[in-house]
Amino acid sequence: MIALSHYLVLGAILFCLSVAGIFINRKNVIVLLMCVELMLLAVNMNFIAFSHFHGDIAGQVFVFFILTVAAAESAIGLAIMVVLFRNRGTINVEDLDSMRG
Amino acid sequence: MTAILLTIVLAPLLASIIAGIFGKQVGRTGAHLVTIGAVGLSFLLSLIPFSRFVLDGQAPLDMVLYTWAESAGIPFQVGFLIDPLSASMMTVVTFVSWMVHIYTIGYMHDDPGYQRFFSYISLFTFSMLMLVMSNNFLQLFFGWEAVGVVSYLLIGFWFKKDTAIFANMKAFLVNRVGDFGFLLGIGAVLLYCGSLHYGTVFENTEALSAESIEVFAGHPWSVVTLTCILLFVGAMGKSAQVPLHVWLPDSMEGPTPISALIHAATMVTAGIFMVARMSPLFELSEVALSTVLLIGAITAFFMGLLGLVQNDIKRVVAYSTLSQLGYMTVALGVSAYSAAIFHLVTHAFFKALLFLAAGSVIIGMHHEQDMRKMGGLRKYMPITWITSLIGTLALIGFPGFAGFYSKDAIIEAVHESHLYGHGIAYMAVLGGVFITSLYSFRLYFMVFHGKGRMDHHTEEHLHESPAVVWIPLVALAVPSVLAGAALIEPMLFGDYFGSAIHVEHSHNVLEEVAHHFHGWFSFALHGFLGVPFMLAAAGFATAWFLYMFKPEIPGKIASALSPIYKLLVAKYGFDAFNQTVFAGGARALGGFLWRAVDATLVDGLAVNGSARVVGWLSGVIRYAQTGYLYHYAFAMIIGLLALLGYFVYV
Repeated sequence: MIALSHYLVLGAILFCLSVAGIFINRKNVIVLLMCVELMLLAVNMNFIAFSHFHGDIAGQVFVFFILTVAAAESAIGLAIMVVLFRNRGTINVEDLDSMRG
Repeated sequence: MTAILLTIVLAPLLASIIAGIFGKQVGRTGAHLVTIGAVGLSFLLSLIPFSRFVLDGQAPLDMVLYTWAESAGIPFQVGFLIDPLSASMMTVVTFVSWMVHIYTIGYMHDDPGYQRFFSYISLFTFSMLMLVMSNNFLQLFFGWEAVGVVSYLLIGFWFKKDTAIFANMKAFLVNRVGDFGFLLGIGAVLLYCGSLHYGTVFENTEALSAESIEVFAGHPWSVVTLTCILLFVGAMGKSAQVPLHVWLPDSMEGPTPISALIHAATMVTAGIFMVARMSPLFELSEVALSTVLLIGAITAFFMGLLGLVQNDIKRVVAYSTLSQLGYMTVALGVSAYSAAIFHLVTHAFFKALLFLAAGSVIIGMHHEQDMRKMGGLRKYMPITWITSLIGTLALIGFPGFAGFYSKDAIIEAVHESHLYGHGIAYMAVLGGVFITSLYSFRLYFMVFHGKGRMDHHTEEHLHESPAVVWIPLVALAVPSVLAGAALIEPMLFGDYFGSAIHVEHSHNVLEEVAHHFHGWFSFALHGFLGVPFMLAAAGFATAWFLYMFKPEIPGKIASALSPIYKLLVAKYGFDAFNQTVFAGGARALGGFLWRAVDATLVDGLAVNGSARVVGWLSGVIRYAQTGYLYHYAFAMIIGLLALLGYFVYV
């Protein structure tokens, strides 16, 4: 029998992977975006797990919303990336430091 | 009565506002008509209180018109005290002012600031009336400051002239020094008497005389002495006594009518009037009276000497004014207050006359004021000549003329005094008679007699001044002759002032003088035998010898006694001293405060310093902002964890 704790551990692992991805990745902004998506999925995993074990459908409905918003967000993120690449000729994370004080 | 008094005061103010603010609308004629009308009205109406309180001897009127404010139970009021002293002052002030108004039509004829000038002199009349009619110290101070402001405006009337601007600033600053003392004196009165009302203060003088104060720890001073000396410092500023006299000669930068009105006849006598008004206070302190006496004596003698070396016609008359103010102060010092007021009145007439005559000469000479370029003017300006002669005779104290009675009375009073310093003062006033006669006739001979030294063009255009100029001269010449004989008996020996002036019996020198007095005529006859007349005659003879008979001698004397001559030309160095020590010192202090405090401390440390600290701090904090996304994300995560940790474990 798969218990609730298994799902939560899976969600935590996914979340930690994505955080590590954000920190460790120094090359590609697309990877960053993917890591952010993964983070959201980790959260969704928690939602679904709780929803299932509590017998409350609201959590699963919420996940649909999050997925929709995440899809929109990644579409915008990719669009920004395209513009960024067009302007700077690179999407290397190391080079994107124009906000430095 | 209230309506009459209010009209006397407010008519000149209203006229001043009309001439000043609506000068363009009313035009030049309108401006002089309204101001002359208003001041004339004031003069005519002031004859009513004069007849009631002086001639009929009614009890003084003390009334409160309006309570301006009240603080800690002490009311600050506007009110009038009409007694013989203020009624006489009102009459003299409005009369002289009226004459000067009329004269101004001629003198300022071509001036673009015509309306402004009339507005100022009317405003001055209002201020002076407020000063003399006041029944409390606060209103006195208001009038005191108001005449100071108008004086400032009028000395700098030709505000495009650098010397005029310098002179009016100087007059204002020197008067501030005096006013500082005056204000402290008023403060002392308020502190110890708890009232600013004359009547209340003078009733409480006994309580005041017992008090003492420690200004410097361990040295108790009598409060009444301190108060009187502080009040007298104010009088020194306004009445131009040594060492605060420096502003008065320079005030001659203003147009001549105001030299006559303000700097000879009325405003400068405010100090004399004030001390006479405060006689119940001054009588309590012999120290203060001695101070007054000595300052007056120094002014009377040494300022007269300066008149001998001046070549500007107005400056000679200005130094003469200083010297005569010294005489009045001497009279105050020996408690002969009524003699001081008497001399004030006669001096107002003949000094206004002399100044206006000098102005008439200046008009004739096309605004040339140097006496060395004049001479022989009696042929061209007969009326000015005769009236000047009358004024000169009155000034030197020729028996029978107004100045004789008042000046001789002062000299006699000093002779009878037993106050500390009376010996020096007696020598000073006697010496002053000789000096007065010498510089007066020097001026008279240099201007009206001898050969003309003006250029050909000026000589061709010389003629008597218009009627608006000479009518005031004649009108002032009449009291310059008659006022002395008419007023001496009631004013000095009669009950003229009633309760307005209070003299302690032990100081009452005029009572001693009265023993020798047998009517004005015999006083004049007796005057021919007195020492002062001999001295005046000697002065006349010296002036005639030096400036008519042997005109080359004065130059030789000047070069033979060049150190003394230089000292006199430098006016004893008062100006140089003030300029270097006070003006220079103030500038050096200002420079120090600017560089050390403003530039270094305020700007450098406080303003730029805080900016630099912020700059440095942000320079440090800037390193945290790398611009890398993962650093920000890391910070967010750390922050999130910290917050979570806080909520979970705390």
